[in-house]
Amino acid sequence: MFDQIRANKRKTAFLIMGMALFLFATGFVVAEFVSPGAGLFGLGIALIVWLVLLLISYYSGDSVFLLMSGAKQIKKQDSPKLYNIVEEMKIASGLAYMPKIYIIDSPAPNAFATGRNPQKASVAVTTGLLERLNRSELQGVIAHELAHINNRDILYMMMISAMMGAIVILADVGIRSMFFGRSRSRSSSSSGGGQAQLIIAVVAIVLMILAPIIAQLIYFAVSRRREFLADASAAQYTRYPEGLANALQKISSNTEKLKGASKATAPMYIVNPLAFTKKGLSDLSSTHPAISKRVAILNKMAGLSTTAGTVSYKNYDTAYKEVMKESKSVIPGMDMIKTAGLPMMAVATDDSSSHKRHRETTDTVWKANNYIFIPCPCETKLKIPPAYAGKKITCPHCSVEYNVSDYTKQ
Amino acid sequence: MSIFIILLVIIVLFVFFIIGIYNGLVRLRNEVKNSWSQIDVQLKRRHDLIPNLLETVKGYMQHERETLEAVTKARQQAVNVSGSIADTAKIENMLSQTLKSLFAVSENYPDLKANQNFLALQEELTTTENKISFARQFYNDSVMKLNNKTEMFPSNIIAGMFNFKQAEFFEVEDAAERAVPKVAF
Repeated sequence: MFDQIRANKRKTAFLIMGMALFLFATGFVVAEFVSPGAGLFGLGIALIVWLVLLLISYYSGDSVFLLMSGAKQIKKQDSPKLYNIVEEMKIASGLAYMPKIYIIDSPAPNAFATGRNPQKASVAVTTGLLERLNRSELQGVIAHELAHINNRDILYMMMISAMMGAIVILADVGIRSMFFGRSRSRSSSSSGGGQAQLIIAVVAIVLMILAPIIAQLIYFAVSRRREFLADASAAQYTRYPEGLANALQKISSNTEKLKGASKATAPMYIVNPLAFTKKGLSDLSSTHPAISKRVAILNKMAGLSTTAGTVSYKNYDTAYKEVMKESKSVIPGMDMIKTAGLPMMAVATDDSSSHKRHRETTDTVWKANNYIFIPCPCETKLKIPPAYAGKKITCPHCSVEYNVSDYTKQ
Repeated sequence: MSIFIILLVIIVLFVFFIIGIYNGLVRLRNEVKNSWSQIDVQLKRRHDLIPNLLETVKGYMQHERETLEAVTKARQQAVNVSGSIADTAKIENMLSQTLKSLFAVSENYPDLKANQNFLALQEELTTTENKISFARQFYNDSVMKLNNKTEMFPSNIIAGMFNFKQAEFFEVEDAAERAVPKVAF
């Protein structure tokens, strides 16, 4: 598991350096284009824009993200089951810190993780997800999210998306200056340096148009890879690939779009929250691999695991190659991973009906919104808005009077 | 002179190599220790939850004296166990079995199934059971990594020099844990 993280880090470093070179090239050429000789200055600007964007997302990215998605933090007593499942997966993944748990009141089944490091990590799930999935499926989804945290995907995607942002801004500045500022510099430099100037101008125009597109494609490609990796890790943590496979299968039948999600934040969700708006688009511009492929890989892996009696990254990798018809490994540092297959787990059973889950989920939302619960002996569960905290209330069924303040501290 | 420098560089690199292996071993040993304490926390938690559970079900399950006594006895043994990891594992697995049969029997008592207190305890015990499994899984992974390192060349030499011992697995009784109970009609 830790070899895995180290292999990731190395690969991450290469990709970030590549993207940085690309960013600086854009900065340099755009500056040369706007005002010849100012290339180095443009390089500096590129660096500054990137750092500013990075700092913003580093320090407030997660809180903005959580706010945008309308997530509410919950405590253990609000939903013991969800809390317990997260804790189970925390233990399985070997994370040193318990992530904060949020709930989003939305019928679209989805989940995401955020936070720049394991200490600051949060996981959020939608009510739609809680209602649909049973325990082993939820374990799979949460394991996938904790895998994003453990593999440092959040920091990684943050870095790359900040670079992508910087490239987009620089290209935009360049294109604008082409329409406004360019005429002046052209008249002043018409005397000499023609050939080199022309080449730079052509390169700049091409870069300004292509750079944002290429940056996005890289971003999406990285994101898709990371999803596969998180699936593999989730199977490893739960030792039960079918759990996540079934969960994804159930989620894929959903047609609702999740509010508060954008292209930049999409990679952190378990399934693409925007996918349902653009069905026809090609795989290249998607943040997530097709769910059917992910399910197929996990199911194939489950088959391999049962035959071998063990679960391992190697199983996932073999399944990936077969399903995607690729010869390249999806797991970085595959040869480095020495841990052999690990024994499969006994399956956690869960008999709760969908009706019961619906009840539990809505209760969780009430509690997350600070509603006060009073269990009346007539089998009515009174849910009192927090505004009534100091008042008296009577049960509508049996007319027993309750002092709400007696129940505020539970 | 230059030969001397080359030799020095080789020695320094070698020392760094040794330090790297040593630190890796220490990290693994700590991981094993830490993951064992994770199991320990969950085992204790289970021991603490069982008296509450027994108290709750006592009123409903008067005809299940044997089942309840088996749980009490297994818990008592588990609390008092002191010895090797293998002993602990054996007794804790026994406790898991008795709890499983208790919950299986509880299916026959609809009143009990409606009791909020019982449901909360059931959730807590289920999750504790899962946490024990996952903690054991992580522990065994760590043990395997440490043991591999202490056996494989060249880290086995360093491990021998600094007295790194092999750690013990926390085994599950395979047959008992995974067999699907046959229901006869």
